[in-house]
Amino acid sequence: MKRIFKHRMTWPIIALLVLVLVNTIARPSFISVTVQGDKLYGPIIDILRNSAPLMLVALGMTIVIATRGIDLSVGAIMAVSGAVALTIIEGSPAPDSLATVMIAATAGVLVALVLGVWNGFLVSVVGIQPIIATLVLMLAGRGIALLITGGFITTINSDPYKFMAQGYLIGLPFALFVSIAAVIAVALIERRTALGVLTEAVGINPEASRLAGVRSRSIIWAAYAVSGLLAGIAGILYSSNIMAADANAAGLYIELDAILAVVLGGTSLMGGKFSIAGTVIGVFTIQTLKSTITFLGVPPAVSPLFLAIVVVIVVLVQSPQLRDRLSRAVRRVRRGPATPTLTDSGAEAAQ
Amino acid sequence: MTADSEVPPVVEMRGITIEFPGVKALEGVDFTLRAGEVHSLMGENGAGKSTLIKALTGVYTIASGTIAVSGVERTFRGTADAQAAGISTVYQEVNLCGNLSVGENIMLGHESRVAGRIDWRSTHREAARHLENLGVQIDTRSLLSSHSIALQQLVAISRAMVTDSKVLVLDEPTSSLDRSEVEQLFGVMRDLRDRGVAILFVTHFLDQVYEISDRLTVLRNGKLVAEHPVSEVPRAELISLMIGRELDELQALSRASVRTVDRTDAPVLSATQLGRKGSLNPVDVDVYEGEVIGIAGLLGSGRTELARLLYGADRADTGRLEMHGRPARITTPRNAIDNRIAFSSEDRRAEGIIGDLTVAENIVLGLQAKRGWLRKVRNPERVVAEYMDALGVTPADPHRLIRELSGGNQQKVLLARWLATAPQLIILDEPTRGIDIGAKADIQRKVAELSNAGLSVVFISSELEEVLRISQRVVVMRDRHKIGELASNDIEVADLVDFIAHDTIKKPESVA
Repeated sequence: MKRIFKHRMTWPIIALLVLVLVNTIARPSFISVTVQGDKLYGPIIDILRNSAPLMLVALGMTIVIATRGIDLSVGAIMAVSGAVALTIIEGSPAPDSLATVMIAATAGVLVALVLGVWNGFLVSVVGIQPIIATLVLMLAGRGIALLITGGFITTINSDPYKFMAQGYLIGLPFALFVSIAAVIAVALIERRTALGVLTEAVGINPEASRLAGVRSRSIIWAAYAVSGLLAGIAGILYSSNIMAADANAAGLYIELDAILAVVLGGTSLMGGKFSIAGTVIGVFTIQTLKSTITFLGVPPAVSPLFLAIVVVIVVLVQSPQLRDRLSRAVRRVRRGPATPTLTDSGAEAAQ
Repeated sequence: MTADSEVPPVVEMRGITIEFPGVKALEGVDFTLRAGEVHSLMGENGAGKSTLIKALTGVYTIASGTIAVSGVERTFRGTADAQAAGISTVYQEVNLCGNLSVGENIMLGHESRVAGRIDWRSTHREAARHLENLGVQIDTRSLLSSHSIALQQLVAISRAMVTDSKVLVLDEPTSSLDRSEVEQLFGVMRDLRDRGVAILFVTHFLDQVYEISDRLTVLRNGKLVAEHPVSEVPRAELISLMIGRELDELQALSRASVRTVDRTDAPVLSATQLGRKGSLNPVDVDVYEGEVIGIAGLLGSGRTELARLLYGADRADTGRLEMHGRPARITTPRNAIDNRIAFSSEDRRAEGIIGDLTVAENIVLGLQAKRGWLRKVRNPERVVAEYMDALGVTPADPHRLIRELSGGNQQKVLLARWLATAPQLIILDEPTRGIDIGAKADIQRKVAELSNAGLSVVFISSELEEVLRISQRVVVMRDRHKIGELASNDIEVADLVDFIAHDTIKKPESVA
């Protein structure tokens, strides 16, 4: 029992389950899944489908955060990749052909990859602090997207493109498969090769890693490239969902949701040890929260406050320090008042 | 007893003990500082100097013991308490605000006020007066960061004088000053001393200790070793007090250095005029196959700088390297590793271990970095088990986080990391510092065993007995110069100490 509570995935999972439970109690239809034709519908299915862009972005963010970095530009990169893809389809004589859509989506993702490589260059080669380096594209990226679309919101009609976010495959949303594929791909690349552990080493102690011969520059560079690539795919899914390239709204504030998802999943912002499974749980937690807001009919005006309060509670529940203090307080009450010793504060000062 | 003892002590520390998880940083240390003296605190790294200073300046809270200032017993709960008691500190890195003016820095928190508003004119006048007391005349409205480190230190001292400090702690103030700047600082120190300020001075330069201080206290391994007037301690005796003569247990280990090394082939690594401006004057070193080269010298002598240049951890700006007689380019750790050179840093925590990874992951790291990320080490369990067993890492649990291990076992894991990469030369900088005697013996035995099997080793240690016992030749360093090279088989520690202190030895045995 004690080991279960010590496992770092335990509390994130409990937080998610509690959230689902609260929703179900409030409205039992929350966990209902209905079958219409050969497709599954229901709030849970919606959460799985709608979480796909955040899932992709959060996966990249996990790797970047593991290197002690941060990527603020993911939302802007989403806007660029959507703009590139939709502009190509809009200008194509055959917007409904699969080939056009493939080319457009690939082009969008490649441009996103280039932007990710740029971020990685600024951080790993030029040595700019990650928050500043990615701030450049966070601000400039939407400008680039507006340039590409000519300042308009580009809208298109293309069934293959629409399929990516709105289509179904064997009864489940196609976007969910994209999301699952990304999780599996990232997990395999990080954990089946040595990339994951080398990334953690660089994040925990960059100087010791350098002296041990780890190519920390390439590893950090690659992390930003991967983050850009995944944000690019997220941008395609987002624009497919609304069938429009909105440079100002695409992926707005998604970097904050992604950072939150990573932290909820138990990866420290100080870098080092990261957990892909944790990030997946974190993404579902955030997406569930967002649907809870609409589901419970929280007025839009107070929804950010509601979100904030719930997030604070979730983070507090997961905080080892707080749990530690609570359990110590409980023990103290049982034992009677104890006097703090000098060694205690000495050890704290030493840290 | 000397006349000194009649002067009442300003600071009296008795039985100071400070513990960190797992180690006693200080154990029952007594320290007395009198008004109007410059008192040097001596000791090698890890001796407890900075811990003692931090106890005095309120950074650490003491576990037991008492601190009395001017005869009144005090409990410091923070640096503010210590400052209120009249104790000011000037650190190695000046901790003032570079983006404020000199006058603002000096008077921060003590500005002259008129009806609640700061009167800048009289504040700067006051600041200038304090500076002039130290013989410094500069524009107090100039930006602090526009001045040299030496001047910034004088500004920091003036600031201490504003608060009317009775005790001034100078923690390695001279490490980045040139000769004339040191002279200026010493002038100020003498002046303050004559005005009755008690000065606690820390430096690694022995010449400066003899030049400026009246008394000295030596710490070793967290314990008080000696307290003497400077005039009563000859240089050689001071060095042997600092490095200590413990380890009777290790004497049992036969002197590994009694072994001849075949020097007919070209050396494994040969450095010619290797140097780096500001850290190491050009040095020549050859290391032959199966040979252990010791580097002896005090902290700050350039021994670590030499090791880092050989490995490419820092970039050399003069000299060249050859491996097996062929020119080699080693400017980054990667180059060194590709040439099968390994390096274990003296700073185990900051530059060695990856604290939040497991023992197994730490061992495999070097091998994995060498193979690249794509080719994951196959059967890491076997490699890990083999080296953990060979080096006797305890607890024998590869899945434990390395930061939970004792220093000695962390060192063994780092050694394992490098041995797993099959190096031909390994550079060990203070591999036995701060670890218990058992682990020390294990590591020394392993080094001897490996060199017998053909591995070349560069071995750096503050403990001269250890250097002599393990190595065949000893490169002696002082003040960032190589001052000589000795064959270790017929010299004793006393000879080596003499050599470090005076450049000479009663029975010279230099190797060309």
